Amino acid sequence: MNEALRELGDTIAAARPNEVLSIEVANDELAVIARRAGIVKLLTYLRDDQNCQFKQLMDVTAIDRPEREERFEVVYNLLSLTHNQRVRVKIAADEEAPVASVVGVFSSALWFEREVWDLFGVFFSDHPDLRRILTDYGFEGHPLRKDFPLSGHVEVRYDEDLKRVVYDPVKLTQEFRNFDFVSPWEGILHLPGDEKASADEDATGAGEEAKS
Amino acid sequence: MAELEIKPLTLNFGPQHPAAHGVLRLVLEMDGEVIERADPHFGLLHRGTEKLIEYKTYTQAIPYFDRLDYVAPLNQEHAFAMAVEKLLGIQVPPRGQYIRVLYCEMGRILNHLLGVATFALDVGAMTPILWAFEEREMLMEFYERASGARLHTAYFRPGGVHQDLPAGLLEDVAAFCERFPRHVDDLETLLTDNRIFRQRTVSIGVVSPEDAMDWGFSGPTLRGSGVAWDLRKSQPYECYEELDFDIPVGKNGDCFDRYLVRIEEMRQSVHLMRQCLERMPDGPVSTPDHKITPPRRAEMKHSMEALIHHFKLYTEGFHVPAGETYCAVEAPKGEFAVFLVADGGNRPYRCKIRAPGFAHLSAMDFMCKGHMLADSVAILGSLDIVFGEVDR
Repeated sequence: MNEALRELGDTIAAARPNEVLSIEVANDELAVIARRAGIVKLLTYLRDDQNCQFKQLMDVTAIDRPEREERFEVVYNLLSLTHNQRVRVKIAADEEAPVASVVGVFSSALWFEREVWDLFGVFFSDHPDLRRILTDYGFEGHPLRKDFPLSGHVEVRYDEDLKRVVYDPVKLTQEFRNFDFVSPWEGILHLPGDEKASADEDATGAGEEAKS
Repeated sequence: MAELEIKPLTLNFGPQHPAAHGVLRLVLEMDGEVIERADPHFGLLHRGTEKLIEYKTYTQAIPYFDRLDYVAPLNQEHAFAMAVEKLLGIQVPPRGQYIRVLYCEMGRILNHLLGVATFALDVGAMTPILWAFEEREMLMEFYERASGARLHTAYFRPGGVHQDLPAGLLEDVAAFCERFPRHVDDLETLLTDNRIFRQRTVSIGVVSPEDAMDWGFSGPTLRGSGVAWDLRKSQPYECYEELDFDIPVGKNGDCFDRYLVRIEEMRQSVHLMRQCLERMPDGPVSTPDHKITPPRRAEMKHSMEALIHHFKLYTEGFHVPAGETYCAVEAPKGEFAVFLVADGGNRPYRCKIRAPGFAHLSAMDFMCKGHMLADSVAILGSLDIVFGEVDR
C-alpha cells in the first residue's frame, strides 16, 4: 500500500516539478505539499492525467496554525474512483494573499471554498460567488480561527419593545472555564538531579572518546 | 402592442416549510413556473461543532457526532472513532467490529426509511411515513437496549463499542430481520408502481455520471447515476470484507432511480445484518488497552490501577500522537469523512467533518435549473438532506 502511494507521489512530483514542493506518506495516506501559485494547474493535472484520474474533489478545508508565518494550510482531498486512491493536496496561505479558486476544475469547490472563506477568512480569487455560507447574515469574524473565542462576540435575543431579534455583546453569567486536565508530571522528562547523572555520563563518554 | 417585460419573480421557499427537510431557505428566481436559479441559504442550524470539538477531549467529542445526521447517528460516530483509531494505531476486536457493522446497517435502514418516506410525503404520498416510523421505532429500541438512548447513543468509542449487547437482543434483531423485508415489499407496493409517484420522479433531476463526480456526489446519489462505487466494497473497513452483499446501481440518474437504490440498499442491509448475527463472534467488544478504553466497573472495585485508569480517562482523556488522517465511511447518505489533525495532546487540533449532504445540496442550483417549482421539492427529497450534518 505504502509503496504504491509513494510511487504515485513520485510520479506526480516528477510530472509537476514546478508546482509540487514535497511528498509525504503517513498513515497509508498520500499528501502532496504544493506551491500556492500552482494549485489550479496541479489539480487539473491530477484530474486529467491517466495515472491519477482524481475526478472527485471530496473536500476542501483549512487548518489554522497562528505560529506560522503563513498561518493557514488549505487542504484539498481528492478521490479517484478509477484507481481507488485518495490524495491530499496542501498549500500554505495567509490572511491577505488570495488563493486561486479551483471552481473551474471541480464544481464541488464552489461551496467548499465558500465555507473556508466563511470560517477561516482565506480569500479565493476568481471565485464566482464568494459569500458567507454557514454563519449568520451580517456575521463578523471568522469563527474557526484559533484566535476567535469559543463563546463568540454577539448573542441574540428577542426584544419585546422593538418586536424583533436584537444582537447584544456576549455576557457570560459564569466565566468561561477551560478545564486543563493535562497531567503536569508527564511533561517532566528529567527529574531534578538527573542532570548530574547525565553530566557524569557525558564526562565519561568524552573521556572514552579521548582515549580512542 | 408593446411587448411586456416580465421581471423574474423571486420566491422564498422556507426556512419554515414542511418540504424543506428542516431549516432550508431556498431563494428561487422564477420565470413563470420554471426555476431559473436556486440559491439555498442555510446555516440556521449551525452550532459550531468543529470549533467545539477543538475544546473537548477525544471522548467528549463523540456525542457531537450523534447530533450531525440525527437520523443515523452511529454511522457518524463510526467515522470519528475510526479516525482516532487510525492515529492511535489500534485494532478493534472482532466482536466489536461485528457489533459496529450490525448497528451501522441498522442506521442505514433508519435513514433510508425516513429518507424514502419523507420523499414520498413531499410528492404527495401520506401513508409511507406512517408505516416507516413504526419500523424506525423498532430499530431505535435496539439502539436503546444497546446504549441506553434512542438517538444520541455515543455508543462507538475509539477502540470498540462502549459495552457488550444485553442478553436476548440478538434474538430480537433476528426476528426483526425476518419480518422487515416484507415491510419493504409493502412500502414498494405503495410507491414503485404508483402512477402519481412515477410522474413526479421519473426523469426529474437527471444527473449524468460525469456531473455527479464533478459535484462531489457520493452514496446513493452517485450510485443512482450509475457509478458503482461503495466504500464498503472498494475500501473495506471493519469486517465488511468478510460479508457478502450487492451494490444496487441506478441507470438514469433521476429521482426515481435514487429512490430505487435506497429501497434495494435496505434489503441489502437486512442481508448484512443477518450475516452479522450468524457470525457474531465471542470475546471482548473493545480493545483491552485501558490507556484508551475504560476498565469494567467490577474491576475497579478491587484493582487500584483500574481505578487510576478510569480517573485519568474521564478527566485528562487519552493522548493521540501527532499526525493527520482523512477517514471516510459509507454513511447512508454518502461519504461521511472526518479529517482529523492531532498535535499530540488530549484534544483534537482540528476536526473537519465532511458531510455528504453539503456536496449534494451545493448541486441544487445545477439540478433545479429549468425544472418546475414542484420538481424542486422532489429533487430536494431525493437528495435526502438532513440539516444537522449540512450546517454542522
